[in-house]
Amino acid sequence: MSETASPARYSWGGDEFIFVELSEEMSLRANFRAMAITRALKEERPDGILEICPANASYQVRYDPDVIEPHTLLAHLQDLEKKVGDASDVSLSTRVVEIPVLYRDPWTTETLMRFRDRHQDPDATDIDYAARINGLPDADAFIAAHTGSPWFTSMVGFVAGLPFMFQMVPQDRQLVVPKYLRPRTDTPKQTVGHGGCFGCIYSVRGAGGYQMFGITPAPIYDPTQSSPDFADFMVFFRPGDIASFRAIDRDEYDDTLVQVERRDYRIRSREVEFNLQPFLDDPAGFNSRLLEVLRVD
Amino acid sequence: MTQPASTPVSWRCSVSIEVRKPGLSTTVQDTGRSGYYDVGIPPSGALDLYSLTTGNRLVGNPPDAGALEVVYMGPELLFTEDAVVAVTGAELPPRINGEARPLWESFPVSAGDVLSFGFVKGGARAYIAVAGGIDVPVVLGSRATYGLGALGGMEGRPLVAGDTLPIGAGAGTPGRVLPGDLLPALGKDVEVRVVMGLYDHVLAPEGRDNFLQTTWTLTPVADRVGFRYKGAELSTIERTPPFGAGQDPSNIVDAPYPIGSIQVPGGVEPIILHRDAVSGGGYMMVGTVISGDLDVVAQSAPNTRTRFVEVDMDGALAARRDYRARSARVAELLA
Repeated sequence: MSETASPARYSWGGDEFIFVELSEEMSLRANFRAMAITRALKEERPDGILEICPANASYQVRYDPDVIEPHTLLAHLQDLEKKVGDASDVSLSTRVVEIPVLYRDPWTTETLMRFRDRHQDPDATDIDYAARINGLPDADAFIAAHTGSPWFTSMVGFVAGLPFMFQMVPQDRQLVVPKYLRPRTDTPKQTVGHGGCFGCIYSVRGAGGYQMFGITPAPIYDPTQSSPDFADFMVFFRPGDIASFRAIDRDEYDDTLVQVERRDYRIRSREVEFNLQPFLDDPAGFNSRLLEVLRVD
Repeated sequence: MTQPASTPVSWRCSVSIEVRKPGLSTTVQDTGRSGYYDVGIPPSGALDLYSLTTGNRLVGNPPDAGALEVVYMGPELLFTEDAVVAVTGAELPPRINGEARPLWESFPVSAGDVLSFGFVKGGARAYIAVAGGIDVPVVLGSRATYGLGALGGMEGRPLVAGDTLPIGAGAGTPGRVLPGDLLPALGKDVEVRVVMGLYDHVLAPEGRDNFLQTTWTLTPVADRVGFRYKGAELSTIERTPPFGAGQDPSNIVDAPYPIGSIQVPGGVEPIILHRDAVSGGGYMMVGTVISGDLDVVAQSAPNTRTRFVEVDMDGALAARRDYRARSARVAELLA
């Protein structure tokens, strides 16, 4: 796998934003380039740069044109793009984390029943529908696929702290589901969802259009910063985090919630170095090593 | 927040305000926060920054002090001490104990006075600045309320009856007036300047023409996250959505949304994202409102007729210089 990077597309977003699309379609390569370019820019922090936002296959910079001339910034970003190239030699210091999930939980099930009129398949649940259109025999097989490989946090956003995740498997094994026909007005907090090729965890209760499969008892956003995972910052996920979902039962869900309420729950997390090329050369071997790092005590 | 050093001290206040009635949706705002959009925390801050900063200058505050943003319907506020207040933005007539007070002019308030408001006559958002500033805790560098993330402002939410708003110590001078030529125009017909781009190549040529030639009408779906318009359907080119995007031709691989960007889900009902924007998503955006004209959008009430006028980058920067020059004149006059 040694695709050459196609040139990015640059566009103005009014007088304060530059938007850069590295690839029209989603790939880990495009995401890794977005990550590498934005990390390089963060290290430099030129004057007048206000926000640096990596996204799935694109990124965006907010700047103050009174401080930095827009065309100068754009030329600089094009230089960075060349310097980063296909990002195969870029190394990312990141984390691998484990997210416990109660699949087919009562709360998302109740919510999805309320919004059946907005769904492609009103007679099925979201997970049964997702299993069927991905050619899997049943929901259990879908859960096995969902928990079977880790996910790369390719973007954080939409609302505060919501991770978009891209499953670290070859494209023909990606789980792909459409979004709801019309978005819901309600989604339980910490719902584990999926839309297009992206998994997500809803960080707050609110609107949403992704299919809902389950719920995690682990908080991922805490503006009060009252528990240990949030001592440094109110948002748990950062772009580049690698997450593995683990199916849990109702007892473990309830026990975990007790710990969360006692403020002594922590998401299992380990530091890792991630290079794209070794992963692309042997995804299965790389993923199993990642999970070993995560699960070793 | 720093205090103005040597403003003539007519009033010294260290007061609190009791919220009797909250109004429709009243939030604490300032000029917003920067540096957290990459984790989905938008800038927030006043939707109409000119009105907020001018209100602060009228009462002798730094321009970025905390103030109240009021939407359509004013709150009822009881002052526990003497204060100096200014109301700017929408034509929402202020009253002290039922008596009319001017807009765009600082006026004194005495301990025990109640500030209330008549019906809105123009515009959509008014700003209440108080000498000393609304002194809620600074969160991630700002006092601004971000409702979706429940952070900043008053416990991360709009005001409710019974809230007590802390006011910083500060001096203010009543009777300071903004000259008439510096008042913003509030109309039912507005032009909003847009830099086209982002994903406008997904529009068919007639869809693009339609976007710029239609007189759009603001729907009631207009809040701090976004303003939704109706008026026409925009045709898109024939395309197979790229892997990961979803199935509608207007879907894209989820990407970051600039503040002011205009997305058109399904080719109908454009939405201008404002300062509490969702930071990214999977709908094509066809352009971005220039930074200064976000104030114009902020003052649009439902049914406001809106034309999107294309400007290029040079035009956008020229408009920015005009906006800066106007703000600099306000700063100079109210120094």
